[in-house]
Amino acid sequence: MIDRRLLEHFDWVLLSLTLVLGGIGILTLYSAATANADIVGVKGLVHLKQSYWLAIGTGIMILLALFSYRWLNRLALPIYWFSIGLLVAVLFVGKEVSGSQRWLILGPVSFQPSELVKISLVIILARHFSESVSEEGFSLVELWKPLIWTLIPFVLIVKQPDLGTSLIVLLIAGSVTIFVKIERRTLLCLTGAGILGSAVGWFFLKEYQKLRILAFLDPEGDPLGAGYHIIQSKIAVGSGMLFGKGFLKGTQNALSFLPEHHTDFIFSVLAEEWGFLGAALVISLYVLLVIWGLSVAVRSKEPFGTILAVGLTSMIFWQAFINLAMVLALLPVVGVPLPLISYGGSSMLVSMGAIGILLNISMRRFLFKE
Amino acid sequence: MDSYLHTVDSDWYRQRVSGALICVLAAFLIILVRLYYLQVVEGPEFRRQSQNNCVRLQGIPPPRGLIFDRDGVLLVENRPCFNISIVPREAKNPKGVVNKLAELLDITPEPLFARLAEVRGVRSFKPVLLRRDVSRDVVAIIEAYKLDLPGIVITVEPSRHYLEGKRASHLVGYLGEISGEELKSGCFPDNRIRDFIGRFGVEKAYEPYFHGRRGEQQIEVNALGQLTRVLKTEEATPGNNIYLTLDIRLQRKAEALLSGKVGAAVAMDPSNGHILAMASSPAFDPNVFVEGMTYESWNDLSSNRFRPMENKAIQGQYPPASTYKIVTAIAGLEEGVITEHTRVFCPGYYRYGDRTFRCWKRGGHGFMKITDALVESCDVFFYQVGEKLGVDRLAGYAKACGLGLPTGVDLDKEAKGLVPTSWWKLGRMGVPWQGGETLSVAIGQGFNLVTPIQMLSLISAVANGGIRYKPLVVRRIESSDGSLVKKEVPVPSGRLSVSDKTLEIVKRSLMDAVNKPRGTGWIARIAGIDVAGKTGTAQVVGMEEDNKENPVESEHLHLRDHAWFIAFAPAEQPRVAVAVLIEHGGHGSTAAGPIAREMIKTYLKVN
Repeated sequence: MIDRRLLEHFDWVLLSLTLVLGGIGILTLYSAATANADIVGVKGLVHLKQSYWLAIGTGIMILLALFSYRWLNRLALPIYWFSIGLLVAVLFVGKEVSGSQRWLILGPVSFQPSELVKISLVIILARHFSESVSEEGFSLVELWKPLIWTLIPFVLIVKQPDLGTSLIVLLIAGSVTIFVKIERRTLLCLTGAGILGSAVGWFFLKEYQKLRILAFLDPEGDPLGAGYHIIQSKIAVGSGMLFGKGFLKGTQNALSFLPEHHTDFIFSVLAEEWGFLGAALVISLYVLLVIWGLSVAVRSKEPFGTILAVGLTSMIFWQAFINLAMVLALLPVVGVPLPLISYGGSSMLVSMGAIGILLNISMRRFLFKE
Repeated sequence: MDSYLHTVDSDWYRQRVSGALICVLAAFLIILVRLYYLQVVEGPEFRRQSQNNCVRLQGIPPPRGLIFDRDGVLLVENRPCFNISIVPREAKNPKGVVNKLAELLDITPEPLFARLAEVRGVRSFKPVLLRRDVSRDVVAIIEAYKLDLPGIVITVEPSRHYLEGKRASHLVGYLGEISGEELKSGCFPDNRIRDFIGRFGVEKAYEPYFHGRRGEQQIEVNALGQLTRVLKTEEATPGNNIYLTLDIRLQRKAEALLSGKVGAAVAMDPSNGHILAMASSPAFDPNVFVEGMTYESWNDLSSNRFRPMENKAIQGQYPPASTYKIVTAIAGLEEGVITEHTRVFCPGYYRYGDRTFRCWKRGGHGFMKITDALVESCDVFFYQVGEKLGVDRLAGYAKACGLGLPTGVDLDKEAKGLVPTSWWKLGRMGVPWQGGETLSVAIGQGFNLVTPIQMLSLISAVANGGIRYKPLVVRRIESSDGSLVKKEVPVPSGRLSVSDKTLEIVKRSLMDAVNKPRGTGWIARIAGIDVAGKTGTAQVVGMEEDNKENPVESEHLHLRDHAWFIAFAPAEQPRVAVAVLIEHGGHGSTAAGPIAREMIKTYLKVN
């Protein structure tokens, strides 16, 4: 199954980048968890659990690199509909956690199907576009299929409701589509529809979601409620200064000022303890990861591999960018985890799965010639 | 040809990827610039904010709703409770500070050390509770030595205070600290660790109404974690106030009458099911549950052989004895096995098969009709009614009278009693019903078990023309600003299966039982008021379970009978019904009758 050529081309850089980021995540979680051990109770073990997830994720990553990714082209439709099926299931039998139904429970394992759908959407879009890509770009008429494939999971995830993930789905699909080029007319058209859609969508938002967006626009307006996260996150990040307060010495974190400090706001814990130098280093690692993903796309010698790699890379990029922007108060709090660092099994496994596919494309870059 | 034109080469892709790369780099550049701005440009300011002027969110527990009696007399309130905590990180040397504190307060430091040890990590900024509910004197001492006690903070929180102490404790209930499982269960979303929630009685049954909603406060603390400024406050919403159906005057009287005895006394307004008094003796003081109970005092309460923690009015199950003859009389008349005129001769005993069943009156009552039999509580008459009815027909009427089922009062742990049937016995004991057992059941002995509140519900239904109301303990619920939240309306839960004529016979007999000198309830008569009632004397001897339960108990007390008295007054326009049970009280008329009488007098305000 694996010939020597494949091993020779194994992408050690990508693997190392992934594991280093995962390791940084565990260290940061350790700090967040021990400082708050008495209030988070069971969650005091998050760093341990996260190491298990990292280990399992590594397994999945290797597994996904073993077989040729061309199989994904063939299986694109079944994979897509399977993950849509899970999304539908979660609406009916999903477990409700603080007002949203996002989790599917299978025995001891709970999983967010919305994470999986990101990958399966990228696969099906890559397959579709790779068959008909042209220099002129796509017209609106040609885009009806990708549009429907995107809107189905989008609507299902909005219904959970999980605003952050549904936006990520849109951004990923949008990135892939723009990458394969669409006509300027079409682009304007879709952008217009997007703006109109979000204006209408505002009225369908839950109260807490509206509050978060308003709080972003004016955090001081409600410093006790919705604005609190933003202000405290800024204080945590800012107080890290150039060199940081040192590992396990973050006071914002220890005083439990930080909400969600082990999931969405893990980066503020990191920035507080490691300062600008540490935080900038971690951001550079993400930049490297994304650049590497794009280089995998370029080096792949066939359209499906290229577009797939771009889609998966855009997934990691958008999540990292939106999370960082949120923590640094550049964007409203929408609840997007930081890939590979935030606590959470589904997010970890899917990020590593995506990287596994990138490894796969990278390894087989010499197998397909035009 | 056409498709050839449309295909793109890798250079095209390279160009597209370069575009994407520029976008990505631009995006991360924004992030880096922002990070630089926050951490390096604004860094010192944020560092200062995080170190010197920390803004903290602090929950404000909502004051729990108050409890009043039916006329608005305050029974349960909240008082300020002072707690001593230590912030380990500010104490520098927590052990030293705790030692100093113990020395000042003249207490042993070990329990305080234990509290401190429960918390992991000495670098914690979070206060560790050392001692709950200290007196104002202690607060004064700590304030005076504040400089010697770095890290020690005093917090105030509302604490439950039961103004009446032990009075009505079973009805009102008590609180307990919320457990970790309960917090995790999601049933208490607004509660936090160390909150107190209702554990018993009305406090438990109406917990959602009492709780209110937590508030929040944004406070600024200095480097020592001490409050420097309150920035913003979102007040807590106090819980709802609850007006009980209880008449505290009658409750006080009932408890005074029960003092030194073991038993229960309950009173109800027969027209709507309002519980006017619910006394269970001995009682407990609910204040000790919030003040923090020692192991010994809990042990005293829980292992006391008179079961002070049990609300005997709803949890105690006793043979109904002669009070049950009301049920047998109704069944006999309704089923036609006797009429108003049926005469039975009582020689003082009744032979059934080869067994002899005695009447309580050894010499016999002579010729008896149903009214005489109820007035003088003739056992022989009811043996024969029971024999003709059979146990299962009798059980049907008992169930229609609300026996064998909980009355549905909104209090925890209500017992349902037992109405025996032939099927029940076969299923439970595997042996068929014996005819002789029916005779015992007909006079309220044997397997029968009832709770005082069931008998109260029954006598109330007799008084009001046959309607059984669900006993109500809460009259109305108001929000803290006085607006009505909920008004409890009378809920009929069933009817006695009885004709007006039969009910009239029973009521007349019960009136005579109190007002005729030969009546067993003569002792409960009140000049100027027609009281109707029925005595009961439940034999304890021969009930083996009891013997096993309290082997060390003094024999005399233990062998004495349980005394019952159920009554209502005035007979024509009933305003109050009472049920009294005294464990091992002896004879129903002498032990329970006077208590019922005094309660009725108190409620109707006659001397």
